[in-house]
Amino acid sequence: MLAATGIGIGHYLAVGAILFTLGVFGIFLNRKNIIVILMSIELILLAVNINFVAFSAQLGDLAGQVFALLILTVAAAEAAIGLAILVIFYRNRGTIAVEDVNSLKG
Amino acid sequence: MTLPLFFFYVFSIITVASALMVIAARNPVHSVLFLILAFVNSAGLFMLAGAEFLALILIVVYVGAVAVLFLFVTMMLDVDFASLRSGMLQYAPVGVVVGVILLLELLLVGGSFVLPTGVEASATVPIEAGIENTRAIGQLLYTRYVFLFQGAGGVLLVAMIGAIVLTLRHKSNVKRQDVFRQTGRKRSEAVELVKVKSGQGL
Repeated sequence: MLAATGIGIGHYLAVGAILFTLGVFGIFLNRKNIIVILMSIELILLAVNINFVAFSAQLGDLAGQVFALLILTVAAAEAAIGLAILVIFYRNRGTIAVEDVNSLKG
Repeated sequence: MTLPLFFFYVFSIITVASALMVIAARNPVHSVLFLILAFVNSAGLFMLAGAEFLALILIVVYVGAVAVLFLFVTMMLDVDFASLRSGMLQYAPVGVVVGVILLLELLLVGGSFVLPTGVEASATVPIEAGIENTRAIGQLLYTRYVFLFQGAGGVLLVAMIGAIVLTLRHKSNVKRQDVFRQTGRKRSEAVELVKVKSGQGL
């Protein structure tokens, strides 16, 4: 299915791999700023979705697209909950620096 | 180079570049805007792979909801983002090492696997040529994967309730209407008949 357009599955897998790596790198790079960490997680999930869609198109199997839809749902729920926690944390502590989130340390 | 391949390169280059800007931008608002750009261009990639429904859902859900939520929160919190960026270069070497290893492994796996011939014939749900993508996904989602679909709805419901409960704030000095108290009021606790002596008042 993909081959007719000249795009191979390797192309999609390469894009997915680069996006995934950028997401992981973003978590390392911005480890103080939790908003950018959440955005990096979105990038990682997007890379996973690209892989699912690529394999779905390559194998001619619609189940991959359904699975990508479910990942989309989970990503949206995760972003909503994460940002809600972020907002109440900021309301209580006045900062969003990850290093300050150690109240459970004892 | 065919036209789809050309568009594939355009979309993927813009996606990767804007993903890089998401993690490297100085201002988080710019990060969110680049995240939107990355989502829109990967919707183009989905479209090229024949997943039209998923591409448009990506724009609706991610750009319309998730990215705007990020934008709201980023602009709402009055945080000194410059101080959050300090020490960025200190963490970069570890990140580069992990990232390069991860990328090499992923590319090795992606470049070296071989799909066995005839694997397309064993597809769980084969994509039929004559039927459009949205209709096919709908027919699949409401029949074969209906429990997964309901489960996804449950996940969203729990997330919605969780987000509302987490951010709900009861202020003690705000007067609210209590309908039950209002309608459950008795005559005895509202009106009192008093004998008033003439010329004296109460």
